[in-house]
Amino acid sequence: MIEIRQLHKSYRTEALSLHVLKGIDLEIRDGEYVSIMGASGSGKSTLLNILGILDTYDSGDYFLNGTLIKNLSETQAALYRNEMIGFIFQSFNLINFKNALENVALPLYYKKVSRKKRNIIALEHLDKMGLRDWAHHMPSELSGGQKQRVAIARALISNPKIILADEPTGALDSKTTVEVMDVLTGLNREGITTIIVTHEPSVADTTNRIIHLKDGMIEQETRKNNGVHTSIQPQKPQMV
Amino acid sequence: MTDQLQEIIATLKKNKMRTTLTGLSVSWGIFILIVLLGAGNGLKNGVMQNFSSRSVNRIQLWPGSTSMPYKGLKSERNLYFTERELELIKNEIEESRFITPRFNTSQTISYGNEYGSYQVRGIMPNYFDIEKLIIAPGEGRFINQLDINESNKVIVLDKKVADLLFKDESPLGKQVKVGQLMFKVVGVNSKKEQWGGSNTYIPFSTAQAIFNPGGKFYNIIFTVDGLVTKEENDRFNESLRTLMGRRLSFNPEDQQALYIYNAQQDYVETMKIFGGITFLVTIIGILTLIAGIVGVSNIMLVSVKERTREIGIRKAIGATPRSILKTIILESIFITTIFGYIGLIMGIGLTEVVNFFMEQAANAQVVSDEPQMSVFANPTVDVGYALFATVVLIISGVIAGYLPARKAVKVKPIEAMRQE
Repeated sequence: MIEIRQLHKSYRTEALSLHVLKGIDLEIRDGEYVSIMGASGSGKSTLLNILGILDTYDSGDYFLNGTLIKNLSETQAALYRNEMIGFIFQSFNLINFKNALENVALPLYYKKVSRKKRNIIALEHLDKMGLRDWAHHMPSELSGGQKQRVAIARALISNPKIILADEPTGALDSKTTVEVMDVLTGLNREGITTIIVTHEPSVADTTNRIIHLKDGMIEQETRKNNGVHTSIQPQKPQMV
Repeated sequence: MTDQLQEIIATLKKNKMRTTLTGLSVSWGIFILIVLLGAGNGLKNGVMQNFSSRSVNRIQLWPGSTSMPYKGLKSERNLYFTERELELIKNEIEESRFITPRFNTSQTISYGNEYGSYQVRGIMPNYFDIEKLIIAPGEGRFINQLDINESNKVIVLDKKVADLLFKDESPLGKQVKVGQLMFKVVGVNSKKEQWGGSNTYIPFSTAQAIFNPGGKFYNIIFTVDGLVTKEENDRFNESLRTLMGRRLSFNPEDQQALYIYNAQQDYVETMKIFGGITFLVTIIGILTLIAGIVGVSNIMLVSVKERTREIGIRKAIGATPRSILKTIILESIFITTIFGYIGLIMGIGLTEVVNFFMEQAANAQVVSDEPQMSVFANPTVDVGYALFATVVLIISGVIAGYLPARKAVKVKPIEAMRQE
């Protein structure tokens, strides 16, 4: 599903150049449940943004579902995002003047689905999240957990192959964190490749594979074996 | 399309106050444009009306007295017209259409105990068309060719004269005494003259026979066709002067020997002035509109800046740059068109209200004695302007929305979403 080879990314400002990703090699298979961990500044969000085609990279290759994602036009990028990827953000990123239903339906608007049809589909997805009764509430009237579930419904409505979640529980308390993680785990069981960036070990433990990033490189990887994460052979640090 | 519209309306509703204030600048621009155009048109129509109450292609000739000796003839000769000059114009000037001599004499006209001193004009039937006289149905007829041929003693009275002499009686078929002779009233002219309006009309042949045994007269009026530009009219006047100079033996350079009043020339000049006024008014209106467009553009920029995050989210979930561009520009067009039409309707409303009151005033004037003369009439604009305005507004919307839309397209989703 995802294949990354020798991925490099730097942020350049006038004063300094910050080398964020220093040669990442990564393969994620269809249906995997992966979390990316690391201290802030380790490059985990940058990696996720590149995976989500929200950001570009300097060198290396990124294949998404067999397609090389490189030098895409904005329009192509938008198309892939719409077709392939569902985003979940820490700050939910709901549009505040649209109600829950309209927020969920929005990706279908850009797929040119008729209003009536997309509202029906959106309601189904809200129902799955247990939010049918909140369909016509504005985001400001929802709790954090509810907002995140609306965001998940929105991420799912275009039937993505991959769910990319950037600190999905960062703004939630421990109870709702469990709720949201249950939802994400459920989605993965349905076969959607799910990648979560987090710094919370409890969240990472839920997933089947943990990738530890440090200073822009993969430091260590663990896989769940009989419910316990065990370290597999760490990647050799590469000098660049 | 309706979907997109609903999307736009939802966004604009979010900021009713801002949308309204922005839109009002466009309303104001269009309002000013329409009112100015209306005022320009009103002025034009007013003056046009004064022109068109008589034929605009009318040329009037008066003989003067020579101021230069010519071909052995001394200066200071008094000139006059005879029927020969009339024939000359009829035959030699191919542009001429209606032609009439006019012989004026002031006579006492009486009916029963009523009498007064009025202008009696000896004219040809053509005079009716040249001066655009009005004989209402049931008010008789004008002098006709038969009257001319037979030198009938018939007379047409201006309404004012008829009213004074006949009070409530119908004057048609009655005999009035003109000087020492009896004339039969055959018609009543209800057109008001710009000056006076106490004229009476008799056949030219009758006038010559009774009041002007010498046959000299001092006024020829005719209309010309096909003269459009000022240059054409100038040239025509020159050739007319030369032609008459040959006939009446005066130097074609002698301006005092013949007076030519060419209404068409005045008309062309006036139209030119109004062309200028309309142009100026349009420019002012468009400049006002541009101020409105800049306002919309400015507010759209602010709006895009405020909505950076929202635009970022939309992009993250699959909005293409084109759809973002389209949304912003459509939003802009939506604002300019809706509010533009509000301005348009208010502008047209105002001009129509002004027009309504002016027509009322004009109708009131009919019964009074005032001459029909105004410099302002029907200050409204064509329906065509609505179409024109629509095009202008849509273009304005595109212009106003383009820059902000470009800015919106450049929004980077990750940076946008990082903003709190």
